[in-house]
Amino acid sequence: MKKKMSKSARNGFINYGLVIAAFFVLRLLVGAGKLSNSLQSLLVPACCYMVMAVSLNLTVGILGELSLGHAGFMSLGAFSGIVTAVALQGAIPSVPLRLALAMVVGALVGALGGVIVGVPVLRLRGDYLAIVTLAFGQIIKNIITVLYVGVDGKGLHIALSNEALRLAEGGTTIIKGPMGAVGVTKLASFTAGFLLILITLMVVQNLVNSRSGRAILALRDNRIAAESVGVNVIKYKLMAFVTSAALAGAAGALFGLNYSSTVASKFDFNTSILVLVFVVLGGLGSIRGSLISAALLYVLPELLRSFDIAEYRMLIYAVVLILVMLCTNNPTLRSLIEGLKEKLGSQKAVREGKGGGANE
Amino acid sequence: MSFLNNVITGVSLGSIYAIIALGYTMVYGIAKMLNFAHGDVIMVGAYVCFLAMGNSGLPPVVGVLLAVLVCTVLGMVIERLAYKPLRSAPSLAVLITAIGVSYLLQNSAQIFWGAATKTFTPIVSTDPEARLWLVPGQLSISYVAILSVACCVVVMAGLTLFTGKTKMGKAMRACSENKAAAQLMGINVDSTISMTFAIGSALAALAGVLMCSAYPVLSPTTGSLPGIRAFTAAVFGGIGSIPGAFLGGILLGVIETFVKAYISTDLSDAVVFAVLIVVLLVKPSGLLGKYVPEKV
Repeated sequence: MKKKMSKSARNGFINYGLVIAAFFVLRLLVGAGKLSNSLQSLLVPACCYMVMAVSLNLTVGILGELSLGHAGFMSLGAFSGIVTAVALQGAIPSVPLRLALAMVVGALVGALGGVIVGVPVLRLRGDYLAIVTLAFGQIIKNIITVLYVGVDGKGLHIALSNEALRLAEGGTTIIKGPMGAVGVTKLASFTAGFLLILITLMVVQNLVNSRSGRAILALRDNRIAAESVGVNVIKYKLMAFVTSAALAGAAGALFGLNYSSTVASKFDFNTSILVLVFVVLGGLGSIRGSLISAALLYVLPELLRSFDIAEYRMLIYAVVLILVMLCTNNPTLRSLIEGLKEKLGSQKAVREGKGGGANE
Repeated sequence: MSFLNNVITGVSLGSIYAIIALGYTMVYGIAKMLNFAHGDVIMVGAYVCFLAMGNSGLPPVVGVLLAVLVCTVLGMVIERLAYKPLRSAPSLAVLITAIGVSYLLQNSAQIFWGAATKTFTPIVSTDPEARLWLVPGQLSISYVAILSVACCVVVMAGLTLFTGKTKMGKAMRACSENKAAAQLMGINVDSTISMTFAIGSALAALAGVLMCSAYPVLSPTTGSLPGIRAFTAAVFGGIGSIPGAFLGGILLGVIETFVKAYISTDLSDAVVFAVLIVVLLVKPSGLLGKYVPEKV
């Protein structure tokens, strides 16, 4: 048991090390001018998607519930973050502090969304979470499309039309209904993205390795058995789901503040699926897998843009989803793959002049 | 009068939802899985009918039959290739596969038929004059609405008879209750599940044609939202229950139409999905569903 704990702790440290190393290498590359502008512009969104993937992995891989509205939480975080950042423009001149506050607000609003969705749904057996989160993403998109938010000397104004906003002299409109948030000052930086990934890793890894994390894993593996030894199902499910939503909210705030304008339709079903593909391809439950696959899969299509692959990208993702699931869950296919692996492994061992099968 | 007109619009929209929801509910009842690709089968059905009528100039009846045929085969192929290998897998894996299938259908449609929206040729005349006037000049029913409601009633009655009276229907009910026991009784579980997918997909094709006749826009994502709304309807009425799907569909159609008419067009989806959350909170088994305790 002790050995296993140290293994998971070591895994966690490898993840931190990877992220820190990647950050410094990229920093050096940027400093030396080796990174093209288009690649540099991908750094912050890539950080956001990595956080999204790790947080979704908490729900899908570690809790074992499918969430299809992860982009909805991102959207909540993005717009509440933008509103916070713009509203505090006068009060807090320091950019890092304002960005941090925006991300905290984004995380809180995301968590609130998680509670609203989670409380009714996580009580139920069955696959309701998938459809309700999907619906939730749609609701968020609809509501933000009709929402007008402005700020003036008296505080925040929220209305359903521009006229009803009734801003005082000198007020600014932050969210303009279907046009979304426009004229936002970009606050996001690569360093902030890097720190957010570290915080996410810290939260998720410590949660997974804690007593609560073991309860969550037990629920995933066998809900009835876990319940019968006294694990509070709703509490732990909610804990994982809300943490995941809060992290998505923080990532959303960073994402929103990386662009001068943001529309609600950016965070649609496709975005949720994109993040799900990152998680599935990286390996359900594997945090390092999520980090790597999110970073690679986000940057790769941009690099391959000249090959006209965009049209087929989503099609390929769909096939990948199906194939990964079939290969990892179908008994026949799985034993076939394991047999192949063993064959390759024993051949390799023979070549290296060692006895086979001793490495496990 | 506008109130009654809205009721009529709502019921006709609701009967389309009901037909889709019947497909969801049957598959869920028997395979115990959420078939996310159901909504996209609707889209495929509508495209097949559109192409048959538009390009080949076939009469509407042939178009509809062709759509039903293609979707039936499509449903069985999907089940065979994607879902059957995962029958003993955890539900998360099946769900992710279903999402993959749904996405695959949408993106293939986009590549084959283009992302641009097409204007569907209705299978019955939607000329503003060609409608049944109940109160001249004030209250009327379009022929599409009559056809939708009629189809829905026929389908619903047919399915009730089918599951209640025929041997296959009995096999389906047995499978939904206990697959292992059904197999021991000599029921071919695989072919029963395959049959369920076939029926569900055939209904989806019918619903696709009706929906696109009433609201004539067709694009690769046409099916996804109505699919989710119909799922809401199925949960509302009690998932796994055939009369429940019918009732839930009609109610949901009426709610959606009323929200569009009296509150806001933009918020109709938000309200429909809020209904889903409230139903799950208050009565998770739905209006006509029954609570099934879990066996260890």
